[in-house]
Amino acid sequence: MTELIHILINGHAVTVKPGTSIAAAVLNAGTTAFRKSVSHVPRGPVCGMGVCFECRVKIDGIEHQRSCMVLCSEGMVIETDV
Amino acid sequence: MSDLTPKQIWIVGAGPAGIAAAEAALESGATVGVIDENPAPGGQIYRALLGVMKPEIQSRVDALHAKGVLFLNQTTVIDAPAVGELTVKGPNGPERLRYESLILATGARELFLPFPGWTLPNVMGVGGLQALVKSGLDVSGKRIVVSGTGPLLLAVGAYLKQKGAKVVRIAEQAPAQRIREFTQRLVGYPYKLGQGIPLMLSIGATVRTSAWVERANGSHVLESVKINSHQEPIRCDYLACAYGFEPNVELATLLGCELHRGFVEVDETLRTSVPYVWCAGEPTGIGGIDLSEIEGKIAGYCATGNEKAAQRLMPTRARWMRFAAMLEVTYALRDELKTLPNPETILCRCEDVSIEQATEWNGSRAAKLHSRCGMGPCQGRICGAAGRFLYGWEHGTVRAPLVPVPLSDLTERDPELTNHTN
Ligand SMILES: Cc1cc2nc3c(=O)[nH]c(=O)nc-3n(C[C@H](O)[C@H](O)[C@H](O)COP(=O)(O)OP(=O)(O)OC[C@H]3O[C@@H](n4cnc5c(N)ncnc54)[C@H](O)[C@@H]3O)c2cc1C
Ligand code: FES
Repeated sequence: MTELIHILINGHAVTVKPGTSIAAAVLNAGTTAFRKSVSHVPRGPVCGMGVCFECRVKIDGIEHQRSCMVLCSEGMVIETDV
Repeated sequence: MSDLTPKQIWIVGAGPAGIAAAEAALESGATVGVIDENPAPGGQIYRALLGVMKPEIQSRVDALHAKGVLFLNQTTVIDAPAVGELTVKGPNGPERLRYESLILATGARELFLPFPGWTLPNVMGVGGLQALVKSGLDVSGKRIVVSGTGPLLLAVGAYLKQKGAKVVRIAEQAPAQRIREFTQRLVGYPYKLGQGIPLMLSIGATVRTSAWVERANGSHVLESVKINSHQEPIRCDYLACAYGFEPNVELATLLGCELHRGFVEVDETLRTSVPYVWCAGEPTGIGGIDLSEIEGKIAGYCATGNEKAAQRLMPTRARWMRFAAMLEVTYALRDELKTLPNPETILCRCEDVSIEQATEWNGSRAAKLHSRCGMGPCQGRICGAAGRFLYGWEHGTVRAPLVPVPLSDLTERDPELTNHTN
């Protein structure tokens, strides 16, 4: 069996299978608001392939990363709604 | 910025077209590299499931690796600063690549059209939702409405069902009559018919034709959708909605390639209007995986001077182009879709520009100048495509970087610029 990966989503510890994108992990954790739009309404992933930029989150302190294009790796810290 | 080993052939895109191009170019004895933004090769249709590729694709990629093809994954082409040069941004920061010939196999994205509520979280693309499921999204027990147009609705509907979702409705905007005619003509493509039948058996009962989503309801997240053919809103957890495909022509445009009807113009050897640049797959026309594969092969051969090998494939390409033309007619978008958004519906999702604000000005360029429509990080890829359908907007100009990158990456590219910004 492949080992599970441990990450933090908004301070909560979450375990995911290898190959899981950050976008999928965040949705599985029950969070649908990934970012706040220019007029402060919640948005989430649309295209799933790196085009729309609606799935942006903060990954390990770096803002505006496309969560659909990055796979979870051990110890990652993810923050949404920024 | 570091310089990577020059390759005779660099291929942008590791989908069916890019992989086939690499195989053909290698056959001609060229040194080959393949660049793709995604964490693993495969493009849209061969996208790995939780990091694991289908065995037949994995073995093709392994064979290419074994023969020395360099795959740059999670690497985006952001600029073409000079003839024979690309700037890419990967995990190690920006790098410069040199090529003798370049093959663009950049694929397509989905076309999203605005309607009230389309910006609510959990309203996604059709391939978009599938891509998220392939990268681990759990949809078991979720109620999902699939809508838009094209055979992908069935493929994704059946896929979601197989993953345990409850696909409550598939709303296809095309009329039943046109789909019937298409199905009859599929007799000439028995293997496509063979793909369609199990999908219909799995999910056909939920399909409604001449049907589309008029509105998505919810306060902070999607709660239900209103479909034109239903009185009552349908409660759902996800809406997967897309109106076909839009070719990724930004890099081709940046390189100066001529477009025709929004697609990259190529001759029968798939050469573009720019010397040493070829193009294969969806950017030349939307035809599905078979056309992408065959075009990849032709471009791979022709870019390496092996036109003889390419000649043999041309009749097959012509056949799949006829199939593409059938798709285009069958799933042509109806005018009613242009009436869905309200004046206050958002058009540009990056900058929250409403339909009213964006259409106060004539054309996409004016809208951009006055309302910031298309000025956000997606660089107008979503709203520009919608505007072309809704208002006949022209293709906007394309500038580097092709995706937003930190200023430091750009300044590093150009020492002069560093001085200017200091
Ligand atoms: C989201 C989505 C899901 C789809 N799912 C299916 C399906 O299930 N079944 C089906 O029959 N068809 C599907 N399609 C249609 C599908 O696009 C084609 O059948 C097939 O994948 C086309 O192959 P291609 O090689 O031309 O392009 P693609 O497979 O799209 O490959 C193009 C590749 O180029 C890369 N790329 C583009 N620009 C750059 C750049 N600047 N730098 C680096 N890399 C870049 C992209 O990341 C992508 O991996 C889907 C399309 C989309 C958009
Ligand atoms: S969902 Fe569109 S960029 Fe990630």
